[in-house]
Amino acid sequence: MSLFKIFDISGSAMSAQTTRLNTTASNLANADTVAGSAAEAYKARHPVFRTHFQDALSAGVNTAGIVESRAPVQMRYDPGHPLADAQGYVYGSNVDVVEETVNMMSASRSYQTNVQVLNTSKELMLRTLNLGKS
Amino acid sequence: MSTIHDRIFSSHDEALVLRAQRANVLASNLANADTPNYKARDIDFRAALSDVQGAEMGLQRTRAGHLPAAEDPLPGVRHAYRVPTHPALDGNTVDAQQEQARFAENAVQYQATLTFLNGRISGLMGALKGE
Repeated sequence: MSLFKIFDISGSAMSAQTTRLNTTASNLANADTVAGSAAEAYKARHPVFRTHFQDALSAGVNTAGIVESRAPVQMRYDPGHPLADAQGYVYGSNVDVVEETVNMMSASRSYQTNVQVLNTSKELMLRTLNLGKS
Repeated sequence: MSTIHDRIFSSHDEALVLRAQRANVLASNLANADTPNYKARDIDFRAALSDVQGAEMGLQRTRAGHLPAAEDPLPGVRHAYRVPTHPALDGNTVDAQQEQARFAENAVQYQATLTFLNGRISGLMGALKGE
């Protein structure tokens, strides 16, 4: 029964989108954190999705890994800050808040799509179970 | 065996299996809407169904020594890559809206096939009970 495989496919996609929402939440939460050096500053994290072929017809998704953004960190001159280095600079994160917000909306829409696919498939399976009873 | 089966269900059962497989492929497309380098696929339903129907008129074994053809419940199910309308820079060719529409269409067609099958079965049951 190949409708059963949709549960695996959509489930893997929902799990992948949850990972994306998780990283987005971490990035937004850390958008304003500062550190004493560029190496210690928070870097935005993004998941990399990869197709996971279960057989010729069904392809799920898994997360190949989480990569850190290579965008430059924000240097700010703030000599009064307790974390400031010898030159008086603190290093903010390289999170782009607008990009993360868009990411969040896209992930939530994709998640909703997969929930819808799951619900429709479940409905079809239940109707198939009742075949010949009506 | 196959003729009475054909008379009762007249390919609706095969259509149901193909619809389920198409739902599978479309769900894969929707699941991979954000995956880089994923190419959207689909099943050519008409060609696949005619393949399945034609297969029954294929190899006939008229003598005991004849070798049977390989058992394949659904031979030659064709799936092909979709021609992208606006390919993305990351190599993904899934158009989520189109795929959603096709998935909904396929779900309705699946239900239609179920309704046909239900009608056949209830007709048969009515004839058997003789009420």
